[in-house]
Amino acid sequence: MKDFNYHSAKDSKEASKLASSSSAFLAGGMTTIPSMKLGLATYKDLIDIKNIKKLSGIKVSGKSVTIGAATKHVEVSNSKDVKKAIPSLSSLAEGIGDPQVRNRGTIGGSIANNDPSADYPSACIALNATIHTNERKIEAAKFFKGMFETALKKGELIEAIEFQIPEKSSYQKHPNPASRYAIVGVYVAKHKEDVNVAVTGAKSCVYNDKEMSKALSGNFSSSSIDGMDLDSSEMNSDMHASADFRASLVVTQAKKAVDAC
Amino acid sequence: MASLVGSRVERKEDKRFLTGKGRYTADINLANQTYAIFVRSPHARASIKKLNIDKALKSSGVVSILTGKEIADDKIGGLIAGWAIRSEDGTEMKCPGNPPLAKDNVNFVGDPVAVVIAESLEEAKEAAEKVEVDYKVLKAVTSTADAMNGDTIHEGIEKNLCFDWLLGDRQKVKEAFDKADKVISIDIINNRLIPNAMEPRACVADFNAASEEITLYTTSQNPHLSRLIMSAFGNVAPEHKLRVVAPDVGGGFGSKINVYNEDIVCSWAAKKINRAIKWVAERSESFLTDIHGRDHVTHAELAVSKDGKFLGFKNETIANLGAYARVFGTVTPTYLFGPCATGVYEIPAAYTNVKAVYTNTAPVDAYRGAGRPEATYTIERLVEKASMELGIDKTELRIKNFPTAFPFKQTLVHTVDSGDYVAGMEKAKQMADYKGFEARRKESEAKGKLRGIGVTSYFEACGIAPSAAVMSLGCGVGLWESAEVRFNPTGQVTVYTGSHSHGQSHQTTFAQIAADELGVPIENIDIVHGDTDKGTFGMGTYGSRSLAVGGIAIVNACKKIVEKGKRVTAKMLEANPEDVEFKDGEFIVSKSNKKKTIGEVAFACYLPGVRDEMKSPLPEGDEPGLKETSFYDPSNFSFPAGTHIAEVEIDPETGHVKLEKYTACDDFGRIINPMVVEGQVHGGLAQGIGQALYENAEYDETGQLMTGSYMDYTMPRADNFPEFNIGYTCTHATTNPLGVKGCGEAGAIAAPPTVMNAVIDALGGQEVTMPATAEKVWKACKNLKKSNAKAA
Ligand SMILES: Cc1cc2nc3c(=O)[nH]c(=O)nc-3n(C[C@H](O)[C@H](O)[C@H](O)COP(=O)(O)OP(=O)(O)OC[C@H]3O[C@@H](n4cnc5c(N)ncnc54)[C@H](O)[C@@H]3O)c2cc1C
Repeated sequence: MKDFNYHSAKDSKEASKLASSSSAFLAGGMTTIPSMKLGLATYKDLIDIKNIKKLSGIKVSGKSVTIGAATKHVEVSNSKDVKKAIPSLSSLAEGIGDPQVRNRGTIGGSIANNDPSADYPSACIALNATIHTNERKIEAAKFFKGMFETALKKGELIEAIEFQIPEKSSYQKHPNPASRYAIVGVYVAKHKEDVNVAVTGAKSCVYNDKEMSKALSGNFSSSSIDGMDLDSSEMNSDMHASADFRASLVVTQAKKAVDAC
Repeated sequence: MASLVGSRVERKEDKRFLTGKGRYTADINLANQTYAIFVRSPHARASIKKLNIDKALKSSGVVSILTGKEIADDKIGGLIAGWAIRSEDGTEMKCPGNPPLAKDNVNFVGDPVAVVIAESLEEAKEAAEKVEVDYKVLKAVTSTADAMNGDTIHEGIEKNLCFDWLLGDRQKVKEAFDKADKVISIDIINNRLIPNAMEPRACVADFNAASEEITLYTTSQNPHLSRLIMSAFGNVAPEHKLRVVAPDVGGGFGSKINVYNEDIVCSWAAKKINRAIKWVAERSESFLTDIHGRDHVTHAELAVSKDGKFLGFKNETIANLGAYARVFGTVTPTYLFGPCATGVYEIPAAYTNVKAVYTNTAPVDAYRGAGRPEATYTIERLVEKASMELGIDKTELRIKNFPTAFPFKQTLVHTVDSGDYVAGMEKAKQMADYKGFEARRKESEAKGKLRGIGVTSYFEACGIAPSAAVMSLGCGVGLWESAEVRFNPTGQVTVYTGSHSHGQSHQTTFAQIAADELGVPIENIDIVHGDTDKGTFGMGTYGSRSLAVGGIAIVNACKKIVEKGKRVTAKMLEANPEDVEFKDGEFIVSKSNKKKTIGEVAFACYLPGVRDEMKSPLPEGDEPGLKETSFYDPSNFSFPAGTHIAEVEIDPETGHVKLEKYTACDDFGRIINPMVVEGQVHGGLAQGIGQALYENAEYDETGQLMTGSYMDYTMPRADNFPEFNIGYTCTHATTNPLGVKGCGEAGAIAAPPTVMNAVIDALGGQEVTMPATAEKVWKACKNLKKSNAKAA
């Protein structure tokens, strides 16, 4: 690992002021540190944001659950409030990586990183989340731009993620047996007006499957998507799963999610 | 005194391991030490056109940079294969040179070309990046099956063939097949595995200029053997000037048998720079450069009569050696594989033919089970298929072909001294509720799931091995083991063993044995191993041999102590040595009932006299002191055996395989410590199930390792396993005084075919290769659905 400067920011303002084109925010470090160790990334400055009080904690109102960006996965999975308001979000957090990763990794880091097989992005899409940054509010649908790409500008800091509480929801993941990231993860959320079927792992970026959403909005039953033949041409293919297998898994996991709702 | 053998004595080593007081190689730091980083080939096959270290030498903190040229100039020897195999046509095997630092050619990704030694690890890394190597990249050979058709990797080794070996009689087999009612045939792949010991390899080399001694601390399973190889073949230092210490070692599974490039280079370089050198592998280096295991492609056939009697067996295997032939690289796919491939069955005619090929991949060598998992997978997949095709129950078919009389002369090599295969099968069936399976299958079906049951009966040849036998077959050393039992004057005992413990609990098990033999409390017995300066020679720990060979050497040395004790007691109590009996730590003269404790005898041996009188307790001819040594050469291999039964449930929609039940009923002979044995069985099963369902080392066609980290190489985790249902039958080995057979490899040997037989049973007989990943199983489920639809 190459030398770098370590800063601990006391508030969002200081954090974004310290940011430059060769800096990264340090939240859980679960992505940043390994990539620095492997020489895949080098930064001049690491700006630790864990000590910014405002970024941690969970708030539940009648309509939404708001989670501070530096809140750890384990805090989300253990939160009684989250379990009550959106149980599927709590179990999603419980299924991320392993205990070490859950004890350090944060929701903000996960979303900012936008790994195509990460779990949280699907929750953001399915639960019509609003991403609060130090500068603005961004709708989830406009936040995830592409592989490891988001709407965040340089130095823009996620402060919190606000999830809309659905009527029913479930997240079903088919994990990569080695890393336990999602080969395919499907988050189904039934809101009052519509149904979202957010899919992670299958393509280069998380997306809302319009075809399944439509079918389920008409009839919220797994039978309405059973046997659906999804186009696999844009799906990922690697040594763990071919595009065809992923296409099939998307439907299977979606059905499981609907049945679990 | 109650016997300790057979009881769950708590592990003596636990205190140190559980409180973080283990002392591993990476924990060792010597004064003024330097740090080594190896520059490794990023290509699978290339010639080195130019290597320029000028820039790197100027990097801060660099002490020295050494390359293949210096090591060749100093005439340091290369890595070797320890077992010479002869081809069917009588020619000797062909092995390429394997210099510790490559000079002209590199042959796998990770092959080291230079070592950078610096004041700190960071500086060494920094400088290593500045070493410039100009490679001419050549076309790599990576596929086991096609290796013989690829470009020649090593000059003069045509078809990349190391040897083409035959065990058995082709003509007899042909005759048997001609008479058969049915021939069952199978094509299987034994997938390549990466051992993944918890502790990565490491070494610290030190040179003492005054005594001209090199000390090497290293993660080895066999320090004595390492020293021998490094002296005799590596030319690093004469044996008496080389000390090899293997302190606490965090798992080996065979991957730490080899002397590795880094051991030789650091020892040689420490002398050159006259400073200590430390090297610790990063996990990525472990993936690339630790030996790998398995990697066979096999076609096998079984000739049967219609009532299910096995008549003949053929086994045509291509075994991948990787880039070079290493210590047990050539024996693993031959003598450790071929003889066991006929399994626990009476098969009148059989042969195994193995073509061992070189490829541009990491060297393949002995990995837990070494050859016997591959053998068991071959025969047990075949027998399971035979049961399906003949419509005979899988357990009945096996029982029909079990030998019932022991010693059992197995088809190809071994004479199995003892066992009761039928009893093992019956007990396993009961433990697994074999009868209740159909009901459970129906329950699964009702949930839309597929359920399968798989059986394996295995035997393995362990406790390697009689020296004259193995040396006649090409082994470069004898495989005896030694022990030294040393009483202190005040009565505690130190036992030196040539075996090495890297997770096997020798400190406990061996102490239990010595405590029983000598009647000394276990607290007063210390087991010392892992240092060539302490105790006599040893061949190391692998092949489930520590107890069956090393343990017996301890027993024999203890018996010699007792014999001397009897003579001394007789002298002290003025009796005949023949009238002295030894029991529970006391020497008793049977006629007078007078006695001496073994502690008193030891004391007398060291202080042989009394005040005011010229009187010695030592009989004429006996020397003072109480210390005995034994070199034990086993008279035969030992033959653990057993039956395992697995049940899986498959979700046809996702291809997910859930291992629902796993039953292991093993015959390990006498069990010294049931708790330790359970640990060994659990660990072996985890690795065997890992091979069947999860683990796979994959190279792409250019020879890059695709599964070079835990993001892609699936190490099984605790939540992948059900509670293991473990039981035993115990027929004592007749070939050693303890009646022990060995237990370290059984799980890894039996589990792969057991689990795969269950998976394939659930899939209606459709073949899938290991590991049975979700996608492969999903595809098979789709085919099954199609063929079921057609049938209906
Ligand atoms: C072994 C392992 C297994 C894993 N398994 C899974 C899994 O199964 N599922 C899954 O979803 N993830 C998994 N992860 C990823 C894990 O969830 C990480 O925690 C996450 O990707 C990054 O979060 P972090 O807090 O560690 O971020 P860091 O590594 O600290 O930062 C990552 C990036 O996000 C940026 N960033 C961090 N916080 C903010 C913020 N508030 N505003 C703006 N930018 C920010 C940083 O600048 C940096 O570029 C795994 C990771 C590991 C190491």
